[in-house]
Amino acid sequence: MKWNKRKLIDRIMSFLTAACVVIAIIPLLSILYTVTLNGISAINIDFLTQLPKPVGEAGGGLGNAIQGTFIVVGIACLIGLPVGILSGVYLSEYGENKFGRMVSFVADVLTGTPSIVAGIFGYTFIVLYFGFSAIAGGVAISVLMIPIVARTTEESLKLVPGSLREASLALGIPRWKTILHIVLSTAMSGIITGALLAIARVSGETAPLLLTAFGNPFWAVGIDKPISTLPAQIFTYAISPFPDWHTKAWGGALILIILILILNIGVRLITRRKYRV
Amino acid sequence: MPEKITIENLNAWFETKQALHDINLSIQENMITAIIGPSGCGKSTFIRCLNRMHEVVPKAKISGKVLVDGKNIYESDVDPVDIRRRIGMVFQKANPFPTMSISDNVVAGLKLSGVKDKKILDNIAEESLKKAALWDEVKNDLNKSGVSLSGGQQQRLCIARALAVEPEIILFDEPCSALDPISTSKIEDLMLELKEKYTIVIVTHNMQQAARVSDYTAFFLYGKLIEFGETNQIFKKPMEKSTEDYIVGRFG
Ligand SMILES: Nc1ncnc2c1ncn2[C@@H]1O[C@H](COP(=O)(O)OP(=O)(O)O)[C@@H](O)[C@H]1O
Ligand SMILES: [Mg+2]
Repeated sequence: MKWNKRKLIDRIMSFLTAACVVIAIIPLLSILYTVTLNGISAINIDFLTQLPKPVGEAGGGLGNAIQGTFIVVGIACLIGLPVGILSGVYLSEYGENKFGRMVSFVADVLTGTPSIVAGIFGYTFIVLYFGFSAIAGGVAISVLMIPIVARTTEESLKLVPGSLREASLALGIPRWKTILHIVLSTAMSGIITGALLAIARVSGETAPLLLTAFGNPFWAVGIDKPISTLPAQIFTYAISPFPDWHTKAWGGALILIILILILNIGVRLITRRKYRV
Repeated sequence: MPEKITIENLNAWFETKQALHDINLSIQENMITAIIGPSGCGKSTFIRCLNRMHEVVPKAKISGKVLVDGKNIYESDVDPVDIRRRIGMVFQKANPFPTMSISDNVVAGLKLSGVKDKKILDNIAEESLKKAALWDEVKNDLNKSGVSLSGGQQQRLCIARALAVEPEIILFDEPCSALDPISTSKIEDLMLELKEKYTIVIVTHNMQQAARVSDYTAFFLYGKLIEFGETNQIFKKPMEKSTEDYIVGRFG
């Protein structure tokens, strides 16, 4: 093969980018490897369905933590998805003004906010008045969801070509119906992707949940009561001095990763186009 | 001959840039009126003033009157949504709704204004696709995506979609500029059929097209209406020097 400068630079650049990919993937793979190695032995039916046992007793699991995570994340979605999606619609479709730019700035700041701040928010405004609860936990992590959902919704809507909006308006379809039926449906896969990514992002949050949902060794009794969650239960297991509990912490982490992986695969399936072009 | 649209002292701006200067013009019912002129002369702006699409652009402004059947569509009690239903538009680039099937595309305007009866919708879809000379090509694929069609078919789909809401006037903004000659002649034939029922205004870059299909021609230059008359007269013996220069291809 004949080597010239252009080819050489091309080779070097593709090598460098490939090297960066490897560097980015190594920590990810090593986490997956370690978590699987340490956690797989903890996982069995009891682990997934039973309550944690008191110190010293063998067995037990984190069924209630899985249940609690679904409840808390569900509450967070009930608040975070509508607020986030509507904010995104506002930013994209009506946001060309001072207020819009302010909202957009606030969303950027919120995206970068450490999650413990969301925990303090939930603690100050809910826990201090009503005590620890699933609702407080849901509210706290919905605060983390909203800016992500708003931003991804905004971006997806802005990708919808102006020509589609014009086509719809020119048919005599009012603006709000155009946004609701044409723009949103065209951007739907992007919005769902954003929503699922936001859910995946917040379901592993620990700090805000320790300050709001607190934890509970029993099955959920109500959304106004403290509730167990996977991250918080993993935390409890991990800081204990018992090797058996450490294994359970790894097992919990593995389950959390698998749940998030399922969400991400769901994203992939949904973003496949409905119609083949 | 009945006048369908009368334009009086029409001016249009984008922010501070004036795109149309004092246009006065009448468009005859059941005739095809062609708008010609070099690009950037305000042809699109002009026809978008006829169905109140100009105001969709942020900071766009307008002054003057556009009378449709004698009533000014810019009067404060007129809803632009009604105007757009009466005056359909077909754009330069075919723009079917990508998430909808072919038949849903056609009846999108009706469905979104509350027509639910599946039978009625199916009938109108079939009728409109037939009027747009597309039915035979798609009748077995009505549930396929609108964007799976070829460019020319997509454009006829957009025409069917515009016809489905039963407008009185149809505005075409360079509908063939992205199409091959065969698709172009199909759409030209279609326009000649449609003029029996509708009043048509077409913007075109293509002199031959204007000469082939239109009854009247308006020549625009730098946002002004330079000359307007019967197509024969404009092409055979234009009054203005610049019209002649443009038609014979000396500029633009
Ligand atoms: N959205 C817009 N914002 C600002 N100026 C515009 C916009 N659209 C068109 N113009 C300007 O208005 C003038 C007329 O444009 P247009 O009506 O699109 O011309 P044509 O269709 O004849 O090519 C041009 O000078 C163009 O630059
Ligand atoms: Mg144009």
